[in-house]
Amino acid sequence: MRIAHQINAILMDEFEIDEEVIEAGAPLKESLDLDSLDYVDLVVIIESNFGVKLTEHDFANMQTFQDFYDIIERKIEEKK
Amino acid sequence: MDRRVVITGMGIYSCIGLNSKEVAQSLFEGKSGITVDTERGAFGFQSPLTGKVPLPDLKKALTRRQRISMGEESEYAYVATMEAFEQANLSEEFLKSNEIGILYGNDSVAQSVVESTDIVREKKDTQLIGSGAIFKSMNSTVTMNLATILELKGINMTISAACASGSHAIGLGFMFIKQGLQDMIICGGAQEINPYAMASFDGLGVFATDIEHPEKASRPFDTKRTGLVPSGGAATLILESYESAVKRGATILAEVAGYGFSSNGGHISTPNMEGPKIAMQRALDQAGVRAEDVDYINAHATSTQIGDVNEGKAILDVFGSKPYVSSTKSMTGHECWMAGASEIVYSTLMMQHNFIAPNINLEQVDEEIRELNLVSKTIEKEFDIYLSNSFGFGGTNSAIVVKKFKHE
Repeated sequence: MRIAHQINAILMDEFEIDEEVIEAGAPLKESLDLDSLDYVDLVVIIESNFGVKLTEHDFANMQTFQDFYDIIERKIEEKK
Repeated sequence: MDRRVVITGMGIYSCIGLNSKEVAQSLFEGKSGITVDTERGAFGFQSPLTGKVPLPDLKKALTRRQRISMGEESEYAYVATMEAFEQANLSEEFLKSNEIGILYGNDSVAQSVVESTDIVREKKDTQLIGSGAIFKSMNSTVTMNLATILELKGINMTISAACASGSHAIGLGFMFIKQGLQDMIICGGAQEINPYAMASFDGLGVFATDIEHPEKASRPFDTKRTGLVPSGGAATLILESYESAVKRGATILAEVAGYGFSSNGGHISTPNMEGPKIAMQRALDQAGVRAEDVDYINAHATSTQIGDVNEGKAILDVFGSKPYVSSTKSMTGHECWMAGASEIVYSTLMMQHNFIAPNINLEQVDEEIRELNLVSKTIEKEFDIYLSNSFGFGGTNSAIVVKKFKHE
């Protein structure tokens, strides 16, 4: 899944984490130790890299990295 | 309560050195930190001259979350503060378990404001500015960031008073400790250096223009001046009650003895003589020091004709011709919001190392103030008391008297 690799690279760069922190089935919030401000930055980096904007509703419905990839992929498809 | 207030730590990040040791050497040698920033010409500046410091690499020292809220002025202030902590022998544990305050001078966050506004203009969506922007684009950014990083529990605020910001921050810190409200306060001043911060100032046409000889461009008190040179960085002083310093076994570097202030009540940018005189006399009175006891005056003198001459006349009126006078801005340029704090660091370094730094580029003194005892070459001399002047737009004035520490 090419987009997952791309997203992982962006997350590693933004949040300064090692690759092993990221696993498709792991919880996004806990793995990245996200606080309320970090979600703002997630919106920014995804928009600047993929041209799609995540919403509060999207975050409410995602748990894992896989959910995160799926939502972004879906939004990219919808945009097309 | 009326307590003695001492300095137990100093840190400096300036265009003449990135720590106290480098800065002391530059001051002694009369070394200029002024350079040409070629980008400023292309940006539309009338003068490309500036003091410059490198951006510190704080990736190892601070977390992403801590760094993301910091603009350049906060980064400079962090580095200066770490040096001051080391000298004051302050541990992280001590900071967390005691009520330490912070009063820092800062009066602009231009780059952060411009950058975040540019994003909204382009994207038409404030959600795409990012989470750090708000904390970078408030004047209180330095105290906001440092108080959070250092987990401070005491007084926490930024002093915005134009080019006297850093000096007032020290003066107010002095008052808080003197009155027994705080035992220790981190005081200082920070100044961003990017073109956005100085474009409107450059627009007034008051910046020096000798781009062939940048090191000669800042010429306070000299008739051949063409204007001031902007500069920046940060300076931190650890102010502490005498009792606290003794209890910690800290080395006392000097004693802050008096703080004088005033407002000109006149023109927004043209200084007068009366306001500075009131501030200087008030600082002397509070310090219990006679004018003739002051050995050295670190002048505000920025290298503008009316400012230099009015200050010179004010000094002559209050002190006569006895005290040595120099403007370290001849080497550093005008460090604006930071200057009032950095010049206390510079002058205290001189007092510690027994010399008076020169007012470089002084060839022909303005006629009206030729009776000033201006120092054009380094003087090796012990001295015990100095006064440092800082004045700002809007007519705000601050004067600080510092003494060599003596047990009484």
